[in-house]
Amino acid sequence: MGNLLLQMLAGTVTSLKIFILTLLFSLPLGLLVAKGRMSKNPIISNMVNMYIMIMRGTPLILQLLFVYFAPYYIFGTSYDRFTAVIVGFVINYAAYFAEIYRGGIQSIPIGQYEASLVLGFSKAHTFTHIVAPQVVKRIIPAMGNEVITLVKDTALAQTIGVAELFRVAQNAAARQFSTMPIFIAGVFYFIMNALVSRSFDLLEKKLNYYH
Amino acid sequence: MEIISVENLKKEFDGLGVLKGISFTLNKGEVLSIIGPSGSGKSTLLRCLTQLEPIDGGKIEVCSKTMVSTSEEGKVVYADKQTLKEVRLNLGLVFQNFNLFPHMSVLRNITEAQMHVLGRSKEEAARTARTLLAKMGLEEKEKAYPCQLSGGQQQRVSIARALALNPDVLCFDEPTSALDPELTGEILKVIKDLAKEKMTMIVVTHEMSFARDISDRVIFMDDGLIVEEGSPDILFNNPTNPRTKRFLNRYEQP
Repeated sequence: MGNLLLQMLAGTVTSLKIFILTLLFSLPLGLLVAKGRMSKNPIISNMVNMYIMIMRGTPLILQLLFVYFAPYYIFGTSYDRFTAVIVGFVINYAAYFAEIYRGGIQSIPIGQYEASLVLGFSKAHTFTHIVAPQVVKRIIPAMGNEVITLVKDTALAQTIGVAELFRVAQNAAARQFSTMPIFIAGVFYFIMNALVSRSFDLLEKKLNYYH
Repeated sequence: MEIISVENLKKEFDGLGVLKGISFTLNKGEVLSIIGPSGSGKSTLLRCLTQLEPIDGGKIEVCSKTMVSTSEEGKVVYADKQTLKEVRLNLGLVFQNFNLFPHMSVLRNITEAQMHVLGRSKEEAARTARTLLAKMGLEEKEKAYPCQLSGGQQQRVSIARALALNPDVLCFDEPTSALDPELTGEILKVIKDLAKEKMTMIVVTHEMSFARDISDRVIFMDDGLIVEEGSPDILFNNPTNPRTKRFLNRYEQP
């Protein structure tokens, strides 16, 4: 039993690595994608829109397989499985985050931009000090949803052979002829998401000083 | 001394003329009111002056700098970035809907531009802000957030925010239109006090008795044109144009 828990903890570490690295890269990339989607240049906005449509319109499991195997078929070589997982998750989640950012940015009243312009703020200052802080507050509930989904989606990494928590649990279940390990994995996911959920609640409370 | 000079200003929205050739000047220390029916182009005129709307023809000079002019072929040419930035700071604008920054305290709403646009120190910006807040009767509210204030208080903060940058001209775009009637008085009093201090102002307003009280000059606009212009005494009591008469009659006989 102790051995099983140790294995599952190791799997959890892998899951957490995927989770953290995905957020680290997809959160900023999503902003870039959102900016592209809102670009006045129709070539850029259409191309970015197509990217978002593909990422949201096809299964993540398929994208992971594609990211891992496509370079192999095209160039005859591929990168390691873990890197492929991160690339797959990052490009998928950036598309979702981009749409959340876009919704938030477009919900800021035009008067905020006009006041900033009349007061002489630069475009950069207007975005970083006037618009972005208000966007963050508005998108917290939607982001919470997405981040919780990401915790559970890390289980898909096993499709290209990365032994994350769920894979470890399944292997153990097969060895022991018992569903117990899978049930324990469920508890692990639940605890991780309880923490994520709690963090978002705290963040929401912290930003409640204005509305 | 002439602070603003506008010549033959034209503005269209989708081919529809909103300003059809506006010309006027504004002298230092003068209070100019612009009145007229909704859709007459009053607010658009202010928005063109403050660079919120690009113009389609004419010339605007602010503090002896040409902000924008039109060539003989009809091409509109704006000044270089630096000049536009200077002109922007020559003019302050108070919005109908205040447009305060909701995530910043009252004090920070007033200090932010002082620090990041004028480059004042934090202490100096706060000093200026507190002086202005005291003048607006809001010295107790510097830590409050806009959502905790009444509409009238928010509008006074936004006036302080504009004044903090020491504009040469302060423009008001229907400053009381978004307020409950019982709150308009406090804003009108603030503007009256500024007029007494010889602040140069352009006030777009629907408050006729207020315009009559504070203005040195009144412009009546209708359908994108200046129909009549003159001292409040003459314009309100003896308007010459029948359109002015009709408009004023509607206000005087509720």
